[in-house]
Amino acid sequence: MDPLAAKYIGAGIACIGMGGAGAGVGIIFGNYLAAALRNPSAAQGQFGNLIFGFAVTEALGIFSLLIALLLLFAL
Amino acid sequence: MADPIHQFEITKIATLGHIGGHEIAFTNSALYMAITVVGIWALLVGGSASRALVPGRMQSIAEMSYEFVANTIQSTAGKEGMKFFPLVFTLFMFILVANIIGLIPYTFTVTSHIIITAALALLVFLTVIVYGFYKNGLGFFRLFVPSGIPIYILPLIVFIEVLSFLSRPISHSVRLFANMLAGHITLKVFASFITLLGGLGIFGIFGATLPLILVVALTALELLVAFLQAYVFAILTCIYLNDAIHPGH
Repeated sequence: MDPLAAKYIGAGIACIGMGGAGAGVGIIFGNYLAAALRNPSAAQGQFGNLIFGFAVTEALGIFSLLIALLLLFAL
Repeated sequence: MADPIHQFEITKIATLGHIGGHEIAFTNSALYMAITVVGIWALLVGGSASRALVPGRMQSIAEMSYEFVANTIQSTAGKEGMKFFPLVFTLFMFILVANIIGLIPYTFTVTSHIIITAALALLVFLTVIVYGFYKNGLGFFRLFVPSGIPIYILPLIVFIEVLSFLSRPISHSVRLFANMLAGHITLKVFASFITLLGGLGIFGIFGATLPLILVVALTALELLVAFLQAYVFAILTCIYLNDAIHPGH
């Protein structure tokens, strides 16, 4: 196989990992919304935790994006 | 189709001199960083000039941004974290204003370059390490040893903790950079659909309204992302600083 083609296919495969982060972020926001509707008065206090969980989950998706960007532009 | 990457090109405006064969130039990136800093300066100095008991619009913005960052620090790093208020407030305002200026068409987005975000993230990372060792001495290593873990899985946990600590500057910087880059490329790609469809005649103009509506909606989304990423950067800075202030789990 042409090495350039293999590089692009590899970058595409690396981006699949972002789907997992998408599901994770969806679970976090969905559960936050479900809990906020059950107890709206406690929702505001947990906003920082929500954003922290979102950021930490998103970090794993970002690592796969990083691999894709490295394959495309750096290697 | 117009090149969606073109907006991130760094161009030279003026040459300041040469160091070791490398040109030191004043670029459009430096220009927009200067505009960002002048914008924040004008907002905060203008906002605190009158110091009225009942704040006006500018003073309200300045007070709200101060209280927002102060509350974020106190809820994540405690009262002791307030000594890092200048650092966190500077980072938050710089990223927020740079992101929002970048949303104006034909401007340059400073935070869409990894060298800028990596410099900011490494500043936070090194501050955490230096302050952690300054305040706690070797007790800073307690950060990597959570309490209440069975001894036989402790080496694995310590390895994972060290690895996650070292990967912090990477995820911290790439998160901001990737969000800005992807958002602006998406905007430009949808904007190029408008011109492509608009060139197809009368039916094309009807078709072009759909991407036009989408671009307006995406710009609103990007405004949210601009604020959210600045907030995420600030709150992660607070959480990392909290590790340096209270290293025990």
